[in-house]
Amino acid sequence: MTPRPPIPLALQVNGRWISVTVAQGTPLLAALRAAGLTGTRFGCGEGHCGVCTVLVNGRPVASCTLATEQVGSAEITTIEGLGSADVAGPVQSAFLDHQAAQCGYCINGIIVALTGLLARRPRPDRAEILAWLDERHICRCGAHLRILRAVDALLAGDASPAAGMAGPGQ
Amino acid sequence: MSLPADIAANPKLSTWFALEADGRVVFRTGKVELGQGAVTAIAALAAAELTIQPEALTVVAGDTRSGPDEGLTASSLSIEQGGAAARHAAGVLRERLAEAAARRLGVPVAALHLADGRFSVSGQNLSLGFSDLAGDLDMEADMRRLPVPEPVSDWAQAVPLRRRDLPARLSGPAFVHDLVRHDMRHGRVLRPPHPGAVLEAADRAALAALPGVDTVVIDGGFVGIVAADEYTADRAASAGERHLRWRLARRLPPCEPDQAWLEDVAPHLVETLLDEADAGVSLSAPDLAATFARPFIAHAAIAPSCAVAEWQDNRLTVWAHSQGPFLLAGALARALDLPEEAVAVVHSPGAGAYGHNGADDVALDAALLARAAGAPVMVRWSRRDEMVWAPRGPAMRIRLAAKLDHETGRIAAWSSEVFSPPHLGRPQRGLAAPGVDLLAAWSRARPVPPAPPRSLPGPGTGDRNAIPGYAVGARRIRHHLLPQGTLRTSALRALGAHANVFAIEGFMDELAALAGADPLEFRLRHLDDDRGRGILEIAAGAAGWDGRPAGGDGHGMGIGYARYKNTGAWCAVVAEVVVETEVRLIRLVAAVDCGAVVHRDGALNQIEGGVLQAASWTLLESLSWDADGVIGTGWDSYPVLGFAKVPAVDVHLAHRPASAPLGAGECATGPTTAAIANAAAAALGVRLRRLPLTPSGLRAAIDEI
Repeated sequence: MTPRPPIPLALQVNGRWISVTVAQGTPLLAALRAAGLTGTRFGCGEGHCGVCTVLVNGRPVASCTLATEQVGSAEITTIEGLGSADVAGPVQSAFLDHQAAQCGYCINGIIVALTGLLARRPRPDRAEILAWLDERHICRCGAHLRILRAVDALLAGDASPAAGMAGPGQ
Repeated sequence: MSLPADIAANPKLSTWFALEADGRVVFRTGKVELGQGAVTAIAALAAAELTIQPEALTVVAGDTRSGPDEGLTASSLSIEQGGAAARHAAGVLRERLAEAAARRLGVPVAALHLADGRFSVSGQNLSLGFSDLAGDLDMEADMRRLPVPEPVSDWAQAVPLRRRDLPARLSGPAFVHDLVRHDMRHGRVLRPPHPGAVLEAADRAALAALPGVDTVVIDGGFVGIVAADEYTADRAASAGERHLRWRLARRLPPCEPDQAWLEDVAPHLVETLLDEADAGVSLSAPDLAATFARPFIAHAAIAPSCAVAEWQDNRLTVWAHSQGPFLLAGALARALDLPEEAVAVVHSPGAGAYGHNGADDVALDAALLARAAGAPVMVRWSRRDEMVWAPRGPAMRIRLAAKLDHETGRIAAWSSEVFSPPHLGRPQRGLAAPGVDLLAAWSRARPVPPAPPRSLPGPGTGDRNAIPGYAVGARRIRHHLLPQGTLRTSALRALGAHANVFAIEGFMDELAALAGADPLEFRLRHLDDDRGRGILEIAAGAAGWDGRPAGGDGHGMGIGYARYKNTGAWCAVVAEVVVETEVRLIRLVAAVDCGAVVHRDGALNQIEGGVLQAASWTLLESLSWDADGVIGTGWDSYPVLGFAKVPAVDVHLAHRPASAPLGAGECATGPTTAAIANAAAAALGVRLRRLPLTPSGLRAAIDEI
């Protein structure tokens, strides 16, 4: 195998440009994580579990199977673009309000995907959300009920973006 | 109150608490956060004993460098044991602080008022905080020699708790996978695709020539590579496969739902748990006999196992998502010929762990590769590694027989024969423990084998909940502990209790039918335990048991009940299903009595998760392989319950503020599976004795009549 030299690329992530140098074919997930954006996580590496979901031009994409060089100048949104541990975004807040997680490993991908869905269709019905989640995401801990409660609260408009991330980390 | 076991084992106050110069109160627990909220609850218990807010504590969990050794975070004992220890240590600290404050203020302790972490005396302006008193305290005090403190708070926390760890997990780096150490590199272990394969040959030069590979380790059958970044390591691991040659040394067992092969394996040990007078005689011609089975069930964690190892002057530090940091440290020391004090394990979160997964194994992988690379190394397994190499929950086969007293309609004699590979393959504590229960140790040039199969008193492994909680007359209960097979097995949520409760509760329905009784009434008839009766009645009432569908037409309800381990939480579940080509869950109603509830939302979360995970096991899950022994490794070949199939779930908690708390994470698995299987059986009018209840499983059960 001939080693392929790394290529420098500029990516538009969360509203700013970042430079990455990656081997050709490097999944976007690996490039983002190498750039310190580790809120996007590796799950299966095959695009099946939804853990690594990011938005590319607003559409949810499994970043583990997308080659970085194919992203071009598309706008990428990761969980870091939606809020932080100190200042939560609205979807994060709803998830925290409903403690909608167990281990939490799958949740960032779900938050990102839901943000993408709600941006395009502000009032999807429950069946649409179930299908949307079912197609893209796996939760192994059985936090589904809480995730759906958080979604219901978001749809009902009673999420509290300002409440959120009380309490220190461990 | 007596001394909690974890305090007796870790008696120094300084192991649990530190009062920092900047005013922070550091609390250390040996229990770890597996995504259950256990650390949040334990910290809240400690804070309440100190009269401070939980947020005011800086919490360290599962760090062998500084915290208490509390063994495993497992077996639904985190709150019961870890919480008791936290309350005790915090109570001792509070009483020491009070004595110091009384000396400073020149008043008796009884004159002090403590609120929000400050001591004051009525009528005086002066007050003292904990940090003011830090210098007065002997933190090296031995708590075994100090009075047992009187609690000033209740187990049940007045204020609803929010998980301390979630804000970080839901926004950025939080898992061991996200850890970055200076000059850290990325390693991969090249394992064969079949668990019975051994290495015949490895082409070292070809592996070393793979793009980006800077270190190759070939140590007997252990092969690993190290590269600068994750993607390069992944590519090299996949390209490296063709430079290795494997030989099939051990075959897999038959992949058949009745698990009959388990009876053909020579047992390592046959334990007779009970053999009461007359059981053998009266069971010579049972009124009913049935055999139940469940398949191998994978952890199938959402994330692959991962660890980071760093060597410095022959000392090893490992960041791992182990359930037992101290146990792992001991096993690593044995595997690497190091003194125990040269190994530190720091818990760092991984994906949800439901027992003994690959978290410990990957730590040794990382240690071996980091030593060769001369740099910190992160090893992250692949999905294939998880499915082929991580321990899994064993397949089980359970033969039940009973005699019915037709006059009284009561069970007169009961026999259980439980056949199970080991449920315990975990690393064991200390240098003196036998063997090394870490995967890489077994295939190195100088291999160290695993410890022999073991059981737990209690009964604690394959025989967990093998003894029915009902009054069933004379009992004969035996546990056939089988040796490890080609498919390595270990602890998975609830261990043998899952299959045993599924079997017992299915059999109770069959016996009820034989006695012409309602399944609920038949259970209550045999249940002397008031809290058990109470929880059955709550679940049945909430589910509308009395008005349930007649069954037989594809719509049914079923009930499942057990007291976990016969000593833990009581749980009853009622399921409502519709069966067409597959079982569709309409609703699950669970009622749980887990004593005083420390962290209500945490308990509900554990029960909801236990119910849904058990529903997934019941309907879908079975590790499977083809004729060549190739195990399906993707999510498509090992599907789990998806969002579209999640039913309505109602959880009811018994109100028992005055009782001791009991863990809630595992109690629902057996009752949920039993309730679903009994509901599907009622809907179909056919008994269902083998898991999972897939369309082909249902067809097989129908064809057998």
